[in-house]
Amino acid sequence: MILDGKCPTGPIQESWDKHRFELKLVNPANKRKFKILVVGTGLAGGAAAATLGELGYNVEAFCYQDSARRAHSIAAQGGINAAKNYPNDGDSIFRLFYDTMKGGDFRAREADVWRLAQVSNNIIDQCVAQGVPFARDYAGYLDNRSFGGAQVSRTFYARGQTGQQLLLGAYQALSRQVKAGTVKIFARREMLDLVVVDGVAKGITCRNLVTGEIESYWGDAVVLATGGYVNVFYLSTNAMGCSVTATWKAAKKGAFFANPCYTQIHPTCIPQSGDHQSKLTLMSESLRNDGRCWVPKKKEDCGKAPGEIPDEDRDYYLERKYPSFGNLAPRDIASRAAKEQCDDGRGIGPGGRGVYLDFADAIKRFGKDVIAARYGNLFQMYEKITDEDAYQVPMRIYPAPHYAMGGLWVDYNLMSNIPGLFVLGEANFSVHGANRLGASALMQGLADGYFVIPYTIAGYLATVTPGTVKTDAPEFRESAEQVKAQIDKLLSIKGKKTVAELHRELGRVMWEDVGMARSKESLEHALKRIPEIRNEFWENVNVTGTNEEINQQLENAGRLADFLEFAELLAKDALHREESCGGHFRVEHQTEDGEAKRDDENFAYVAAWEFKGTDKEPELHKEPLKFENVKLAVRSYK
Amino acid sequence: MNLTLHVWRQKNASDPGRLEQYQAKNISPDSSFLEMLDQVNEELIKEGKEPIVFDHDCREGICGMCSQVINGIPHGPEKEATVCQLHMRRFKDGDAIFIEPWRSRAFPVMKDLIVDRSALDRIIQAYGYTSAHTGGVPDGNAIPVSKTYADAAMDAAACIGCGACVAACPNASAMLFTAAKVSHLALLPQGKVEATRRVKAMVAQHDEEGFGNCTNHYECEAACPKGISVNFIARMNREYLKALPKAD
Repeated sequence: MILDGKCPTGPIQESWDKHRFELKLVNPANKRKFKILVVGTGLAGGAAAATLGELGYNVEAFCYQDSARRAHSIAAQGGINAAKNYPNDGDSIFRLFYDTMKGGDFRAREADVWRLAQVSNNIIDQCVAQGVPFARDYAGYLDNRSFGGAQVSRTFYARGQTGQQLLLGAYQALSRQVKAGTVKIFARREMLDLVVVDGVAKGITCRNLVTGEIESYWGDAVVLATGGYVNVFYLSTNAMGCSVTATWKAAKKGAFFANPCYTQIHPTCIPQSGDHQSKLTLMSESLRNDGRCWVPKKKEDCGKAPGEIPDEDRDYYLERKYPSFGNLAPRDIASRAAKEQCDDGRGIGPGGRGVYLDFADAIKRFGKDVIAARYGNLFQMYEKITDEDAYQVPMRIYPAPHYAMGGLWVDYNLMSNIPGLFVLGEANFSVHGANRLGASALMQGLADGYFVIPYTIAGYLATVTPGTVKTDAPEFRESAEQVKAQIDKLLSIKGKKTVAELHRELGRVMWEDVGMARSKESLEHALKRIPEIRNEFWENVNVTGTNEEINQQLENAGRLADFLEFAELLAKDALHREESCGGHFRVEHQTEDGEAKRDDENFAYVAAWEFKGTDKEPELHKEPLKFENVKLAVRSYK
Repeated sequence: MNLTLHVWRQKNASDPGRLEQYQAKNISPDSSFLEMLDQVNEELIKEGKEPIVFDHDCREGICGMCSQVINGIPHGPEKEATVCQLHMRRFKDGDAIFIEPWRSRAFPVMKDLIVDRSALDRIIQAYGYTSAHTGGVPDGNAIPVSKTYADAAMDAAACIGCGACVAACPNASAMLFTAAKVSHLALLPQGKVEATRRVKAMVAQHDEEGFGNCTNHYECEAACPKGISVNFIARMNREYLKALPKAD
């Protein structure tokens, strides 16, 4: 099937404004008759729930944490982009649009990316009005810094805690609506199924994580904003609870999953210290503004203390390979370059899996105080984890899985192919293409939540009669029974392996075979191993306790069950995409000097997969990508 | 490292609860406190026992989900760190470690080390926001904020809402939490017109939730993983006193 993204036609500069005008409206007096379910309360979900509530809809918002404020958006550190051009350095909406298209290796939709760039400026204004304490200069105006993949300073930040402050802004707006009675929050709930009635999304089935009760909720529309899936690698920078469950359950109900093989490996993480490790910690990419990446030129120097290696024996490999972007090269480029140095035997730290990120020059130039003011909390965090003082010795960093560019397929209105199911933020596939530039995820989450969904959902709701399907419909009962059956099955296996052991096994396969560099052989190996691990899971997992209590083993088992199905799709997508682009690097497709080689002739499309059954081949649907405003070019950062 | 753990086990809110003893064996000094507990749990599962239940999520010290009193100190002995950022190198081989949940009437225990902190959400819902509508706001640079105030607001806004201040306070007061949000918003020009209503509503909700009052023990500041200063409590008190005679 050829998919239609329903993107507006005509000049791109007018596309969103024209589309917004053409969308149907819902009469203010009728809005309260509609009920909208929002799953996930991060930047996208929290902003959407707050805004839809404020517009007058009845909103029910769900999160698995104990409070909406704890969504993983809170951990984003570096900043949020906007095309304000406050520093007068040549930025514009078009430049932000262009950088994002290029950064995504020309695998994103033009219209969606244009809209993102356009509304980015509204986001900053909105957050300032909410009291987000963005960094200011002494005149009281907003401060900016630069970020990976850009040559202008367009990143707004709140110390190293930008995600936290933006999320708290959305959470406060949400809290205001709770007080006003338009939003009801259901915390410690996990969505375990999407309820589809006559082909239309009409509700969800949840497990109450405190009592174990299986609960049904109806809505005239369902909004999924449940984040990304990179915990499929086991070790990642995501929070422990981040999972594919909500989007995968929707995929099993017919929503197409787009570009699952596009995962981002972030270059600036603290290296793994041992087998006990449960997650990896990201150091903000903003560190690469002032930090210089290097490894020893000679292999025999790797064991030496960094101070004993003179400058001429250091290889500042990013500055050498990419002179115009240097240490600010985009994430996929910087990640791959780090891995190359380590594969070449010049990695530093335990197991040779690390490179230095050195602030000595910056401290010499600006003084320790300036560096401390810019990155103090990051240095502090680094010291806590590694027991090293990065003001004295260079930081050690290594790439780690960080962000999912793939997600459920949505059209320009952010609606999936299931009518009534909308997908926002990291959970959808829409704007990042094959790679994400720094400071653009926060932008997308808030753009979708504050400034896109409020308009586009109205266009849908104007076509439906509110409240026609309630939880007494048979589909809700069937869904609840299915969910209950899976839980009973998980609790009955009583095998020998723990959930964490099996997740680590899956993670090893994913990192080795489906990680930063993939080949036909490695992917075929993964496609053999994943079903084996899945079979072992269903025969040999040990889930302790009962359903009718707080049971974290049960929660994790359910999430792993979904990862074990989804991982196969991810590997299949990677195998089918016979090209390299962004975070997807196929070793068969590279230039002579080892850069990613795209194939625009054959692969300039979105791969949207239709689930056909766990042991059946998924069906591939394509949405061709048209480029009318950017010129497809080799992505060079030299 | 080998350690002896004394862990608070409590099936649910009505169970009286008790300390139980476990051995943590072969722990790497580089692992975090939660990773140590993960390892103990794996062993417990293998032995057919119930793993210890505790709240955690980002494991980066920012989500505010983790909440354990370790050897009598909320978040443990490391200064300005959450439990997830506490590493085993802070302990010695052979140590005995006591692990308990937050203790406060306003935070009922749900199971083992998990408590219900929704009271903090209700304080924010009372008025912990500016009433900015989505869209239709002025340009960001139309509201200049002096750097000094923006920085001080950020100092207050850094609160992660973990509730360690409550757990540390002999009065189980949530005044540091409430004061952080009141101060963050009071230091900025945004939402100033509703400042009077805000502080009154938030303080009233704080009291209604059953939190105690501040009697200047400073235990909250000592326990706060983000180093939020008690000066903000003074600022909140001033905002509150200023607000009292006003009708709004």
